[in-house]
Amino acid sequence: MIPTHYYLFLGAALFTIGVVGVLTRRNIIVILMSIELILNAVNINLVAFSRYFQAVDGQVFAIFVITDAAAEAAVGLGLIIALFRNKETVNADEIDLLKW
Amino acid sequence: MAPLFYIFAVLAILAALSVVLQRTPVYSALSLIVVLCSLAVVYLLLGAEFLAVIQVIIYAGAIMVLFVLVIMLLNARQETPSDRSRLARWLGAPLLLVFLGELLFAVWERFPAATTRAAALPDAGPRAVGALLFRSYVLPFEVTSILILVAVLGAVVLAKKRL
Amino acid sequence: MITVQADDLVRILPQAILAGFAILVMVFEPFLPAARKTLLGWFSLFGVVAAGAATIRTSFSPGLAFGNSISADRFSLFFICLFLLVAALTLLGSFHSLERENINHGEFYALLLMATVGMCFMAASTELIMIFLGLEISSLATYVLAGFKRQDALSNEASLKYFLLGSFATAFFLYGIAVVYGLTGTTNLLVLSAQLGRSGEFRPGAVFAWVALLLMFVGLAFKVSTVPFHVWTPDVYQGAPAPVTAFLSVGPKAAAFAVLLRIFLGAFASAGSGVFWVFWASAILTMCLGNLAALLQSNVKRLLAYSAIAHAGYVLVGIAAGRGEGTAPVLFYLTVYALMNVGAFLLVAHLAGTGERWTRIEDFTGLGYQRPAVAACLAAFMLSLAGFPTTAGFFAKFYIFRAAVHSGLIGLTIVAVLTSVVSVYYYFRLIVVMYMREGKAEAASASLPWALRVALAISVVGIFYLGLYPTDFLLLTNLAAVPLP
Repeated sequence: MIPTHYYLFLGAALFTIGVVGVLTRRNIIVILMSIELILNAVNINLVAFSRYFQAVDGQVFAIFVITDAAAEAAVGLGLIIALFRNKETVNADEIDLLKW
Repeated sequence: MAPLFYIFAVLAILAALSVVLQRTPVYSALSLIVVLCSLAVVYLLLGAEFLAVIQVIIYAGAIMVLFVLVIMLLNARQETPSDRSRLARWLGAPLLLVFLGELLFAVWERFPAATTRAAALPDAGPRAVGALLFRSYVLPFEVTSILILVAVLGAVVLAKKRL
Repeated sequence: MITVQADDLVRILPQAILAGFAILVMVFEPFLPAARKTLLGWFSLFGVVAAGAATIRTSFSPGLAFGNSISADRFSLFFICLFLLVAALTLLGSFHSLERENINHGEFYALLLMATVGMCFMAASTELIMIFLGLEISSLATYVLAGFKRQDALSNEASLKYFLLGSFATAFFLYGIAVVYGLTGTTNLLVLSAQLGRSGEFRPGAVFAWVALLLMFVGLAFKVSTVPFHVWTPDVYQGAPAPVTAFLSVGPKAAAFAVLLRIFLGAFASAGSGVFWVFWASAILTMCLGNLAALLQSNVKRLLAYSAIAHAGYVLVGIAAGRGEGTAPVLFYLTVYALMNVGAFLLVAHLAGTGERWTRIEDFTGLGYQRPAVAACLAAFMLSLAGFPTTAGFFAKFYIFRAAVHSGLIGLTIVAVLTSVVSVYYYFRLIVVMYMREGKAEAASASLPWALRVALAISVVGIFYLGLYPTDFLLLTNLAAVPLP
């Protein structure tokens, strides 16, 4: 049997990779994918805890997180399309009309 | 069961690295699909059958198709590395390492190997999940519909040519 | 297991009515010709008023609903009323401005109502899942609203920046919730605080608990734009359509403060002094950086954005003062802040003209002579934001500082007073430009539409009423500051 904390380490690793991705990548679509990685790290934690406590609540929460990921992806990709219509770019460095 | 976990955990981490390191968005998207499918196996090992199925059908299926579609639509090319993110790297990386160390330590402190509970998996078939979803969590479930409505409305507002 | 009863439904009546009206707006939208879309706005306003009436009904049957995941207490009802007020003022101010920018679509009103629903759920929930869903509903709706001028590159950018940083922050918040779940086996704040009060498991020294609290704080700090999580604020406030900026600068912020109060002064109050230092440090950083950066701005919208950051710092002082002292002043402050900030943003947006061209400070030169009433109104907002006596801004700051002194936070109070003295400079810059310089104000174009006049009148009267007779309202906030969660 794999102990719970191995799963948590897997979650922490994905979380870190996701955060690094958000901070270093400039392509907006890839930034969005890195955020998906963080959401998956959350889900691993939730499911691992759900087994630890022998309760299904964590998994139900994970379903809500997946729903939210879907909603966020829909809005995010819509925004990217709207931006592309105006500026023909998906590069975060080139959205610079407003100073960061 | 143990080898399965190691195989898919390592696969998930490698694919996640690939998501972040690939210079071409389509490769990132394909790597993300690998991450999602490996995690589905990990969920199965944790006894979360229903979630594993959802993960493959909704996440790896529907959501990622959306990503790939937009990448194709916008014809996103390779990105050139820029120096704008230098600050993020210098400031973010050490902070992140500190945070990760703290997280690992915290996990270790709270869940030492000895305290792992009974080996029995919870009953997490669709029946158990559904029962919880429609009884204890009926309000969040209903409110989720508002969330999806907002997402649909938002996507239409942003992406439609003429309103 | 729970069964849904009539009382459960009554306790979410305001949210249900708002959501229903949002759906009706979408249903009616295709049947209205493009020139008549403002009707939908009035219909939405009617919905907000109806939700207000429903809040009164809800207040007669307070209590928990849906298996302890909703708490219809005085605290949440107070916040719901505040959100409804903000939504109503924003609607009144948006009719004309949307027509002017040629973006008067029914979807705007539906999204605004949905965002309000999300905020109401954030304030009323005692279940972390519900708080998260409310946060996401309001966030997604406001991301889209910020990008509502789809042809405008500035608006696109604002919305995309808001989205990227916002969903990043939400992911942190979620990770925090997951850790809380791992720590306690529950996501319900009521169960959680009972558990923490009973067992010594959640020691202040427990690193895991720290991680959870920090992650949740980061997620919410982004929404209230405290330093260093404020970088998106000026850009988004500048780029978003003006009524949206007015809404953004108050609504989601107040909702996130409600959650901060519920989580940090309620459920995790026993987490001890460490949390206090987090609030202490971010209050100081936020007040200093917000006020100093505001000194350098030449664009009025950006100036108000930094001023909004600084005001978040003062609210944090109130939270740092602790739950016995701080809650009521924070509620008072947030109400006053809502009145003056929404008013200021709506007025500036109107004066900015088509396409929001005139937003530099120089564009307001001599406004006091050309449009005395309008200039007086703007001056009143600035005086209140600066915290001048006889305006509500003074008492809002006074109560916060008094609470801080009572809690022994002398250093923090001194910093707060000094920075608010600094803030007088940049608020007065606008007043000086309007009254003491000759010139033809570019920003003096069209006359005020009467819906906007109503919104401004409500704000101005509110500011002076609360500035001259604050005691009644203070009693109300004291009533609303029930023990949380």
